[in-house]
Amino acid sequence: MSLNDLLVNLNLIMPITILTAWACVLLLVDLFIPKERKGITALLAALGLLVALALVISRAGVATSAFNGMIMIDGFATFMSVIFLFSGLAGIAVAYDYLIRSGIERGEYYVLLLFSIVGMMLMAAAADLIMVFLALELLSIPLYVLAGIAVPRPDSEEAALKYFLLGAFASGFFLYGTALVYGATGSTALTEIVSATTSGGVNLSFLVIGAGLILVGLGFKVAVVPFHMWTPDVYQGAPSSVTAFMAVGAKAAGFAALLRIFVLAFPPLAMDLTPVLWALAAFTMIIGNVIAIAQRNIKRMLAYSSIAHAGYIMMALVPYGQGNVAADTVASALFYLLAYMLTSFAAWAVVIALEHNMGEGRDTDGLSLEDYSGLGQKQPALAAAMTVAMLSFIGIPPTLGFVGKFYLLRTVIEGGFPGLALIGLLTSLVSAYYYLRVVVYMYMRDGEPVVRREPWLYFTALATAVGVVVLSIFSEPLFNWASQAVLKLI
Amino acid sequence: MNYYIDPLTLVTFFPVIGIVVLLFLRADQKVHARWVALITSLITFGISLAILAQFNPANPDLQMVVNIPWIQVAGWNISYFMGVDGLSILLILLTTLLTSLSILSTWTAVQDRVKEFMIFFLFLEMGMLGVFLAQDLFLFYVFWEFTLVPMYMLIGIWGGKRRIYAAIKFFLYTMAGSILMLLAILWLGIYQDTFNVPELAAMGGIPPNLQFWLFLAFGAAFAIKVPMWPLHSWLPDAHVEAPTAGSVILAGVLLKMGTYGFLRFNLQLFPIASVKLAPWVAALAVIGILYGAAVSYAQKDVKKLVAYSSVSHLGFVMLGLFALNSQGVQGGILQMINHGISTGALFLIVGMLYERRHTRDMDAFGGLWKVMPIYGALTLIVVLSSMGLPGLNGFVGEFAILLGSWGAGLPGGVLGSPWFTALAALGIILAAVYLLYMFQKLFLGPVTKEENRVLSDINWREILTLAPLIILIFWIGLYPNPFLNLMSASVDQLLNAMQTAAVAGIP
Repeated sequence: MSLNDLLVNLNLIMPITILTAWACVLLLVDLFIPKERKGITALLAALGLLVALALVISRAGVATSAFNGMIMIDGFATFMSVIFLFSGLAGIAVAYDYLIRSGIERGEYYVLLLFSIVGMMLMAAAADLIMVFLALELLSIPLYVLAGIAVPRPDSEEAALKYFLLGAFASGFFLYGTALVYGATGSTALTEIVSATTSGGVNLSFLVIGAGLILVGLGFKVAVVPFHMWTPDVYQGAPSSVTAFMAVGAKAAGFAALLRIFVLAFPPLAMDLTPVLWALAAFTMIIGNVIAIAQRNIKRMLAYSSIAHAGYIMMALVPYGQGNVAADTVASALFYLLAYMLTSFAAWAVVIALEHNMGEGRDTDGLSLEDYSGLGQKQPALAAAMTVAMLSFIGIPPTLGFVGKFYLLRTVIEGGFPGLALIGLLTSLVSAYYYLRVVVYMYMRDGEPVVRREPWLYFTALATAVGVVVLSIFSEPLFNWASQAVLKLI
Repeated sequence: MNYYIDPLTLVTFFPVIGIVVLLFLRADQKVHARWVALITSLITFGISLAILAQFNPANPDLQMVVNIPWIQVAGWNISYFMGVDGLSILLILLTTLLTSLSILSTWTAVQDRVKEFMIFFLFLEMGMLGVFLAQDLFLFYVFWEFTLVPMYMLIGIWGGKRRIYAAIKFFLYTMAGSILMLLAILWLGIYQDTFNVPELAAMGGIPPNLQFWLFLAFGAAFAIKVPMWPLHSWLPDAHVEAPTAGSVILAGVLLKMGTYGFLRFNLQLFPIASVKLAPWVAALAVIGILYGAAVSYAQKDVKKLVAYSSVSHLGFVMLGLFALNSQGVQGGILQMINHGISTGALFLIVGMLYERRHTRDMDAFGGLWKVMPIYGALTLIVVLSSMGLPGLNGFVGEFAILLGSWGAGLPGGVLGSPWFTALAALGIILAAVYLLYMFQKLFLGPVTKEENRVLSDINWREILTLAPLIILIFWIGLYPNPFLNLMSASVDQLLNAMQTAAVAGIP
């Protein structure tokens, strides 16, 4: 590849290029920013994200491939990039004050966040299994570090180590799966995998096992049962601002890869993989929601809730192999990821506002359900935001969570799996119990909640909550946008 | 540019204006909050009267229709589609009237977090009006499910001792039914390609065996809401724990959402299944009538007695609707209104007593007539109306229902046996038993408890709260024609359409 080609290709992925360069520069600039003014780093990081966001949006509608087909820039990548960049912005907004309070403010935090987002954006655009693997590592390694950034707090260290070990394990699965797929088809490019499969002559059992291992590897990332064991401990132990970002970004990136790989490369294997996906989705919804009932710690509860939501999104993937439904699979999953992102940040911003007593070598506080008693009277705005988030997680209208679930269920029923749709609905009913419990504490019990009044937290909580309600009413543009993000071979 | 706002949108979303004003009040501005809510609800009632004035009873179709494309991409065919016809016009009026009266009834009863109470109450009104006006299944479901949230809050925050348990039970129970309806709605949306109710009804063509399942899925949601025996167990808890105003709305309007749902969706969309399942529904309805009456009689708590009497009364409504003839359905609709008036009034009355004595135990009272004569007289009227005394509203509805079910029970009718009528008539007698028993315990005889001697009779505000309902009790009882005229055209059209569909569908 000549220098000129390189420049042309870098230009094609301009948002990613800019963000990478910006993160590198920021790492250096941060050295010259005094310790007590790390807010400037946060601001600069947010600026980089905004520039990237503007570039992504200005280039929406362009469909092209770069780096010899290793990367595909299309509606899908655009949609996901917007989700990642918004998560990054919200992640910075909820982190800024939290880090200061916890005594763990470091400029590297924001830089690592940017690198992780670069990895996510590459993941959504990757059209080659090798590229997916690189992106997976690029997004994961900064997250391992971020999970442990509250060192020497033992639970943060434990979270980092656990996340790292299981993440590395999952990467191994993914890589082994890639090797098997390569062995069967002679290529790691998604387009060539599918053409080799359809033209026959491949070792199907290798291919199916390879696809299964890829599913396992990514299943760890998105936390579907039975690969979810790390989630509660990591979510609870990691600093809340990291957890908030991880719960949205890493999960969305994992699903981006799953969607692209399965819908593009593995439709011929649908016969074998659909029952597996069905079972994964069903177990994830059931186990995630049922165990969440027993949680008294809000971070752990939200961790199990995030597992359950991985199950809901997984439902959309079940009929991925049916040509007429595949477009809905992608669109409804994307729509739900967007709904999940907004809802999650509304909830996490409130959680972070209530968390206190950090960084003094003792357990964090403000995280049990009892600490939410009386919030409805003392902080009506935050309580309202949390209520909207809880209703959206359950799927009660008028929230984006409801519209998203409606779309997911339509995909599932269209694909001919009404039983799975029923499981999805029944588990939503189960989930109503523990989500409403938060509302019970906030509104129906008296108490003196300790709340950190900080403008960025309030802004994040309220803006996302308002977004969840308003976008559910004016959701046509979102539907439109999501449905244009179909995955096609270029 | 057309700045005209259609009346149905206006009536549904007018309460939101009150909510916005309330948001700007401080928590300690209780009186202001009450006035804002009351005025908002009165204006909403006024708008609904204006809708009544515009309403043409001779036209059986949807009127004042507003149909704006809402989500029309990605294979969705969802519209913001509202309309009112003879099936729903009276329920709209009932909703707006009872909301105003309920707010008036909270003037002294609710002292805690008044502003939030009013916000949730107005949200509830918005949701209920939306349910009765929506003609698009998606829109309907949005309103239907949304009503859960404010009611849950009303019970959970301002309720009695076991309020949290009752609130969660209410929410989960109702949501369990809604889930099945959502599946059925999705099925219709995917395979019939529209959520538009009149279009779906006109389209027909759902195979009978599928109609059966869809009927059950919709029916599950509505039967829980009604509530039909044996799905009623959430009701006593919710009613007893809810604050007075919440009980009034719960009994007066929310339960009607269930019966209205059967009428609007099950009968119209699944006519063959409706005809075939009519005897089963009627059987459950009759069991509900007798069971509700029997359990009512066993209650010591006045509010619980009234709550169980709702199970019995709503059984009448269901029996009337599934008689599938003109008298039955008209009687059923009228009985929905009657129940809203009478039981709403009974809950108000119980609330007034509770506010004075902080107990609802029947044994704590006796001889109240001597202490509170106005209160006693008004209670007597309401009690008589609730048990169906001729000349008062209850009689008209119940008589029409019994007449309808008799016709439907004759050979060739859908019920196939006049026994339903006979057993339901027994329910009327039982109603007289438990209601008069309650009245006697509370009001007649000597004053048994010293603390009851000093109770003050009801004041002007309380009389004002009850007066509109008393007037309606006499009006419907003596001259029901204006009310029946409003609905008859739509009911006849519905039944004709059902007959055509059922004749075509049943080989």
